[in-house]
Amino acid sequence: MQVLEKPVATKLAIEVRGLRKVFRKRESLLRGPLKEEWALKGVSFVVHEGETYGLLGPNGSGKSTLIRILSTLLTHDGGEVRMLGYRLPQEERPLRRLIGRVSVDAAFYKKLSARENLLYAAQLYGLEARAAERRAMAILERLGIESRRFNDPLEEMSRGMQQKIAITRALLINPPLLLLDEPTTGLDPKSRRDVQAFLEDLRREQGTTILLTTHDMAEAERLSHRVGFLAHGNLVAEGTAEELKAQAGTQDLEEAFIALTGEEIEEEQDA
Amino acid sequence: MLERYVRPMWAFVFRDWHLTRRYISWVFVFVFYAIVNSATIALIGKSQDDFRLTLTLLLGVLLWSFLSAMYNEIANSISYERWEGTLEYTFMAPVSRLIHLSGVSLFAVLFSVVRTAVILVGLVLFIQVSVSGANLLGVLVVLLVGSLAFMGLGLMAAILPVMSPENGAQATNIFQGVLLLVSGIYYPVSVLPAWIQPLAYLSPATYALEASRKLMGINNPDSTPERLVGAPLSAVLPELGILFVMGLLFIPMGLWVFSRAEGWAKRTGKLKRTG
Ligand SMILES: Nc1ncnc2c1ncn2[C@@H]1O[C@H](COP(=O)(O)OP(=O)(O)OP(=O)(O)O)[C@@H](O)[C@H]1O
Ligand SMILES: [Mg+2]
Repeated sequence: MQVLEKPVATKLAIEVRGLRKVFRKRESLLRGPLKEEWALKGVSFVVHEGETYGLLGPNGSGKSTLIRILSTLLTHDGGEVRMLGYRLPQEERPLRRLIGRVSVDAAFYKKLSARENLLYAAQLYGLEARAAERRAMAILERLGIESRRFNDPLEEMSRGMQQKIAITRALLINPPLLLLDEPTTGLDPKSRRDVQAFLEDLRREQGTTILLTTHDMAEAERLSHRVGFLAHGNLVAEGTAEELKAQAGTQDLEEAFIALTGEEIEEEQDA
Repeated sequence: MLERYVRPMWAFVFRDWHLTRRYISWVFVFVFYAIVNSATIALIGKSQDDFRLTLTLLLGVLLWSFLSAMYNEIANSISYERWEGTLEYTFMAPVSRLIHLSGVSLFAVLFSVVRTAVILVGLVLFIQVSVSGANLLGVLVVLLVGSLAFMGLGLMAAILPVMSPENGAQATNIFQGVLLLVSGIYYPVSVLPAWIQPLAYLSPATYALEASRKLMGINNPDSTPERLVGAPLSAVLPELGILFVMGLLFIPMGLWVFSRAEGWAKRTGKLKRTG
């Protein structure tokens, strides 16, 4: 049974069915009733191998929660998740080797240099330091960072540069699956285009599967084969940008988003 | 083997070494402070003109500085990552907690040994006290065996910052304070209130101290201020045995507790940088 169900035959990289996640909070530290907040209320979608899937949603719609579950950092409360044939949370160990993640906050040891941060990450995944360093240089160059900045402490770098280092970190292990949580939020237009072009190349050359969240309609349209609209923990619509526009009867994706979710999307909101 | 165990373990040593390098001025400050603090305590013995008291205090302060440095390196490695926001990235890597702990501990032991040696040299320069005749090599063996149990304790304490972003780091210090109190670092356990005394038997530091005092010959009636009569390692086998068993128990216990805490944090969303 198990074997037949493996998505190898169906070529699905990500399979999410009825995914639910609740956070429980108390009003104050120890007292007060537990308040339940459903961040995901039964989300289902699939991403094919080599496909780029864009998730659009306003603040608090559950995008980051979804990415965290797929990154093995949160356990879900209902539904099923399968990635590259592995089932979460049971088979997280082998899966961890195969996923790269970039989050909206570029989390680094800020006192350490880019080189030290990247070599730490590479060795953590079992890569040989010198090979990893060469690979890191190559990626950074393509992202438009000069190699002389390699030894500067991260805290001296701009947000855009830090984000590019974060992308390099995710790609060092050459993962077949990339989970990107607002990878271009806070970047200037030039850096944003650098990153987008790089992702397009990557997909073409390596066939990398990408799940991407963003607030940026143009980015979603440019990068994604298919787009899903997330609102209040529900996937309210999905399809190609053209399909979504047709479904909503609108000219652009932003209008389609408002029509289908009943909500404005705030752009450029740092998490 | 190399890919799965050695390199990931080395990654933590690599990281902690470079972090220590970047915070080197703080390392100097803390070592300086530790030397001064140790000296002021050891000088109490000097002022009493009692070499046994001086040595008891000296040993206590050094041993405690070694063990607490170990414990802190491990427990704080998690709070530090929480503070930097890198915890999620370390936790999503394909690395078992045993490898993670071993890497962090390996650096912690190396760092603590060097740090304690520097403090010892500083102290010897500052207060003239003879340790000739003491079985210092034996003391080193006790320290290394005792580190195992402290690794386990550090790991158990490290769950606190995993579970509470706000108060975890503070709680690890309280835990450390309790250990300091019950272990009889500067005084015999018998002077503690009776209800606290049983706790002393749970602290590995108690046995490490007991053994080290014998090895240095501090309470040996034949010892003189010029020449100590230290005991051979064979005289402290019971303490070594207890320390070893404690390590054997505490490390798996620490790993188990840690994995439970990690699972809980993943269910409740506590791995995130802020609550
Ligand atoms: N670790 C957590 N603990 C408690 N509640 C959480 C946690 N993470 C998310 N939430 C809650 O779940 C909901 C969805 O949050 P999530 O971060 O997934 O939204 P998002 O779509 O990524 O928003 P943004 O666009 O602001 O990044 C929010 O109401 C949030 O408060
Ligand atoms: Mg988010």
